[in-house]
Amino acid sequence: MRWHRKSRGAAAGAASVALSAALAGCGDAGVPFPASIGPEPGEELSGGETTVFDVSREAFTRPGRNLSVDHREDFALGDHFFNRTWITAPASAEGNDGLGPLYNATSCSACHFKDGRGEPPEPDASFVDLLLRLSVPGTDDHGGPLGEPRYGTQFNQFAILGVPSEGTPSLSYAEVAGSYADGEPYSLRQPAYAFPQLSYGPFAEGTMVSPRIAPQIPGLGLLEAVAEDVLLARVDEDDADRDGISGKANRVWDVERQEMVVGRFGWKAGVPTVGQQSMGAFAGDIGITSSLFGGDDCTAAQAECAAAPNGGHPELSDQKRTWITHYALSIAVPARRDWEDPEVLHGKALFDGAGCAGCHVPKLVTGTIDGFPELSGQVIRPYTDLLLHDMGEGLADGRPEFSADGREWRTAPLWAIGLVETVSRHQFLLHDGRARGFAEAILWHGGEAAASQERFREMSADDRAALLRFLESL
Amino acid sequence: MIASRLACPRFGPVLAILLSSLALAACSDDGDDGDGNRPSSSSTGGGGNAQAVIDNYAANVHANYEQVLTGVEALKNTVAAFVDAPTEPNMKTARDAWLASRPAYLQSEVYRFYNGPIDNAETGPEGKINGWPLDENFIDYTDLQPTAGIINDPDTFPEITTALIAEQNEAIDEKSLSAGFHAIEFLLWGEDLDENGPGARPASDYVTGPTGSADNQDRRGTYLQAVTDLLIADLQTVVAQWQPGTAYAAELTGDDPIASLTKMITGMGSLSGGELKNERINNAYQTKDQEEEHSCFSDNTHVDHLNDAIGIQNVYLGKFGGNDGAGLDELVKAVNPELDAQMKADLESAIAAIEAIPTPFDQAIVDEAAGGGREKIKAAIDALQKLTDTTVDVATALGVTLNVE
Repeated sequence: MRWHRKSRGAAAGAASVALSAALAGCGDAGVPFPASIGPEPGEELSGGETTVFDVSREAFTRPGRNLSVDHREDFALGDHFFNRTWITAPASAEGNDGLGPLYNATSCSACHFKDGRGEPPEPDASFVDLLLRLSVPGTDDHGGPLGEPRYGTQFNQFAILGVPSEGTPSLSYAEVAGSYADGEPYSLRQPAYAFPQLSYGPFAEGTMVSPRIAPQIPGLGLLEAVAEDVLLARVDEDDADRDGISGKANRVWDVERQEMVVGRFGWKAGVPTVGQQSMGAFAGDIGITSSLFGGDDCTAAQAECAAAPNGGHPELSDQKRTWITHYALSIAVPARRDWEDPEVLHGKALFDGAGCAGCHVPKLVTGTIDGFPELSGQVIRPYTDLLLHDMGEGLADGRPEFSADGREWRTAPLWAIGLVETVSRHQFLLHDGRARGFAEAILWHGGEAAASQERFREMSADDRAALLRFLESL
Repeated sequence: MIASRLACPRFGPVLAILLSSLALAACSDDGDDGDGNRPSSSSTGGGGNAQAVIDNYAANVHANYEQVLTGVEALKNTVAAFVDAPTEPNMKTARDAWLASRPAYLQSEVYRFYNGPIDNAETGPEGKINGWPLDENFIDYTDLQPTAGIINDPDTFPEITTALIAEQNEAIDEKSLSAGFHAIEFLLWGEDLDENGPGARPASDYVTGPTGSADNQDRRGTYLQAVTDLLIADLQTVVAQWQPGTAYAAELTGDDPIASLTKMITGMGSLSGGELKNERINNAYQTKDQEEEHSCFSDNTHVDHLNDAIGIQNVYLGKFGGNDGAGLDELVKAVNPELDAQMKADLESAIAAIEAIPTPFDQAIVDEAAGGGREKIKAAIDALQKLTDTTVDVATALGVTLNVE
């Protein structure tokens, strides 16, 4: 693997000039491209000045390249707690206990190993990286999902000693055959979920289940730094421009600010900030309370859960909460590879031509984020609009989340997606990991993305390969 | 030390690297691409002989890794003797050999962080050599989990070999470390359950038959020997890459001097400001977690910290062992004698500040007394940050702009 770099503008700033010595040896002779299809200056720097250059298995574990000394210290500390295994309270290891009582995993890194992407369980294996969200018709006080009365808003397959776990889900797949326009066959796998064992009685009538895989987590802070009006400017709920793509912002409850704001994180953009997402995962997935989410998720039906000892109030101190949030905000996005390669450039043109870039928006500019000048004012290439789109019946989970309906999903950021296989050693994509690689992920696209999917299906084998190579380069 | 399920619950065996971007971006096989951004060779070293400095660096790196290998080969012999005759004196001899092998390895850590042989993204064995912290339960029994670990799971792992240990390293997550110095350390010392001393594993853990303690003593002995063999094999690959005039050594000494100087200084800055200051000292200082120490089973962490810093000084001065050749100091002195003096002073201050931390480190981090452990540790953190800042100035003076703030 070689880094290629052509020229860099004087405006790149001190942080990127810093790389000049290292990068100078790495350019190739340079095949000139017509401006129309050539590489855009700086397009390899997916995270702007935060971008790191790493193609190893550690590619998602780096602090932003321009991070300050203080934020690097926070990063190292947050990393520590991200990887920490939580244990049952009470334990002699002070500050390390409070797991559960109900939980899905014992550490953040159990699902986001090396800050990478989780994978769906093998047949008969436990659900760890794949979370099952639950709700019943109706909404909570803030318009969010209404938890299943006995099980709450997510299914916890594990529990500490003395507390019954919620049960055992199972996953099976049915293969669905299809073919490209040129006759080449493919097969997609359609997942089906069941609950052969439920510890607290049957689900309430109308219970909705939405599977969610743990995503890779580089670049979250930059997404938080994009100004709300930049996101709202792309909203086109009634498709006024008649491009077949609507784009809707989720409006969600900000627990800290106690107000409704634009959602950005989670598979349906149901969470407004990295901090709320992180603390929500600590509470819901690991059972560790914080000042943001102070109670363990025990329902009225779960007496043992409610009676179990805890690891303090809250179990995660505010200091640790800050370290972890700063860590999650400042994980860097790795630079693209091979962005000047002719086939990759051809793939990029095809991506654009098929309309993919209509939602997977290549370039955004961040606004300002309090206390993080490193993330502010950056030109980033996240390949997302962070908006909700109808993705068709094939991908629908049928479970609303704030303004998102049962067919809508947030456009997944595609930056760093080409390194998922390197870091996480698999390429199971989409919200539940059903897609085995990029091609299947594209082929699952329906609804607003149906026309783009169809264009991909009609491409020649060479063009499809070029498009996939472009995705690999991200 | 207090008991918990993880003796050193700190993760990321190949830890966050301060200057990873720079390190990985630097490649060495291209010519000038004419982008006008590379400082010209004539600016290199500010008038000094940069090539001599780089050649001397490569020779020192080789000598350093050879010394590590020699130390670990000595360890292998003591381990073999101990497993053959598992007595307390033989165990002490093996522990002493482990302790004796550590300074040279820690001094070599300044050669990390630039995608060189030790931590090359594809082939570097660093995670198998010095991965930490490790979950002891992945390897062997602990106080709370008496049947844990590969050693006590003959059904899943019928045969313990170097290949198995290599394959199991990080098999589950960051802490499921099966290999390296710290795995050997755990097998020789055991869990550190003593506030005032290191782990106290009895030699009888390796005694088969009725007088033995724990289970699977023979498998434990096999594991200890195999993991030591694996460490030797991994170190040999690194030594081979640094063989003078060949492989990576030839690449480095034949490359544009700026690219090679960048690597040298990247290693220094990444270790001082990132790995040593943040991961190994500040994390423990901030969390007051008594299990944060790097060599937690043997309570040898202070030696690790000190030799990391000595390694940085070695690169700056062009020293290793008895050799004191051309160093970065000579290049800096030629362009900015005040800066050279400052850098030398900062190196001395950082070393002195680390030496001043009372031992064991896991007690120093909770020692709040005036003039006590925490004060001393904070002083060392500040000294390492100052050293890192000055390292950036050194880089700038030599035409290398480092990406630290």
